[in-house]
Amino acid sequence: MGDISEIKQTILHDLHLELGAKMVPFAGYDMPVQYSDGIMKEHLQTRESAGLFDVSHMGQVVIRGDDPAAAIEKLVPGDIQSLKDGEMRYSFLTNEAGGILDDLIITRRSARELFVVVNAACKDQDIAHFKSALSGEVTVEVLEDRALVALQGPKAAEVLARYNPDVATMPFMTYQEMEIGGFPCFVTRSGYTGEDGYEISIPNAAADVLCRKLLSETEVAPIGLGARDSLRLEAGLCLYGHDLTTETTPVSAGLLWAIGKRRREEGGFPGADIILAEIANKPKMKRVGILPEGRAPAREHTEIADLDGNVIGEVTSGGFAPSLQAPIAMGYVPLELSSVGTEIQLIVRGKPRAAKVVKMPFVEQRYYRG
Amino acid sequence: MSIKYTKDHEWVTVDGDVATIGISVYAQEQLGDVVFVEVPEMDQSLGKSDSLAVVESVKAASDVYTPVSGEVVEVNSELEDNPSLVNEDAEGSGWFAKLKISDAGELDELMSADEYKEYVEGLG
Repeated sequence: MGDISEIKQTILHDLHLELGAKMVPFAGYDMPVQYSDGIMKEHLQTRESAGLFDVSHMGQVVIRGDDPAAAIEKLVPGDIQSLKDGEMRYSFLTNEAGGILDDLIITRRSARELFVVVNAACKDQDIAHFKSALSGEVTVEVLEDRALVALQGPKAAEVLARYNPDVATMPFMTYQEMEIGGFPCFVTRSGYTGEDGYEISIPNAAADVLCRKLLSETEVAPIGLGARDSLRLEAGLCLYGHDLTTETTPVSAGLLWAIGKRRREEGGFPGADIILAEIANKPKMKRVGILPEGRAPAREHTEIADLDGNVIGEVTSGGFAPSLQAPIAMGYVPLELSSVGTEIQLIVRGKPRAAKVVKMPFVEQRYYRG
Repeated sequence: MSIKYTKDHEWVTVDGDVATIGISVYAQEQLGDVVFVEVPEMDQSLGKSDSLAVVESVKAASDVYTPVSGEVVEVNSELEDNPSLVNEDAEGSGWFAKLKISDAGELDELMSADEYKEYVEGLG
């Protein structure tokens, strides 16, 4: 067991306790898994109205240099150099074996500056990786003085526009520095729930005040990590450490869309030989959406079998989808068994249960494309 | 017919030689929204502390153990379509299974309602 005194708190910790959150250790932080409404209601609240998530445990990093986009392309396969100021892209750090070290969002602030958000559990390792791999080319600054919250849901735009009308017309995957409620914030139209919404980076000193204001809006409720997980699963989005690991490649994970055309032609990122060969020859395994029959959820590590009972893969994320009132899962299966409609079995507590491969996302994504 | 509890938050009531078993109100509060319950097979013989059922909340699966030995004589089929009965009425219509008791002496080791209340308060 880890030393409990080592566990970190976000600047919003007191607010979580005041709101009646049930706190759990997550990626080294004491985080709210749910508030008093419970995961089911919080999930549906986000799909129907708006939810406020504390994601301050994630790493906010600024990378500066003469050409930081060219530099970071040595570590990620995304086309970062084509981004214009204020545009952002989902990408991932790869290793020499083509495996995934972390997934991240890279925003171009200017020709000389990138803003990068990385996963909490990978934060220290990512920062060390940037510093050692790009030494001499860029400087890496970790923003320890800022909180990060996500406002997600169909009412998110309407609510946030009360604080700054400029947010309303921001297209999905864009970034602006602006005042929200009088505080200097970095606002992106992004998130990880499948809903329209924003991530807002707030100076620590203003985080509590601004969150209380947003929570006082009738459309907004606080949402914990439990619902965050079920929302992202319904949206068919990968969770690092589960659906993505150093053992999975971007091709098998179905993230080819995040590798730009120029990068496929030029390579020049870690594991490019392996990843480009997989693009050409197809991967052995593929991430698929799975719909179990009946109501029994199939959790992570549940074995996936073919109809003859041979184990062919494993569930990497699975649970109950509140929007669908049914269990859903995703996992890796051999390519030949990955097409939509393929009948498979899930071995839940020793018993085979019928399931089939389905299209993702499970719940339609509703991003604002302008 | 009095209700008795285990430290693992199962409850049991006895009618003749048949025990009805479920989880406590406290336990369902801790679990949150119940979305699936796997009940035992009919006629299955279970020893004390064997797995009786599995309760799945949105987030996780939890085992439920039988407080008494016996043979399964009835399962709550209502839970198949309506697992939220466990949240709504944990110590009533949200029961899991009925067992024909094979060793009534085991009931003496369980807590009374008052003892359980005190025990739960002690958990903070």
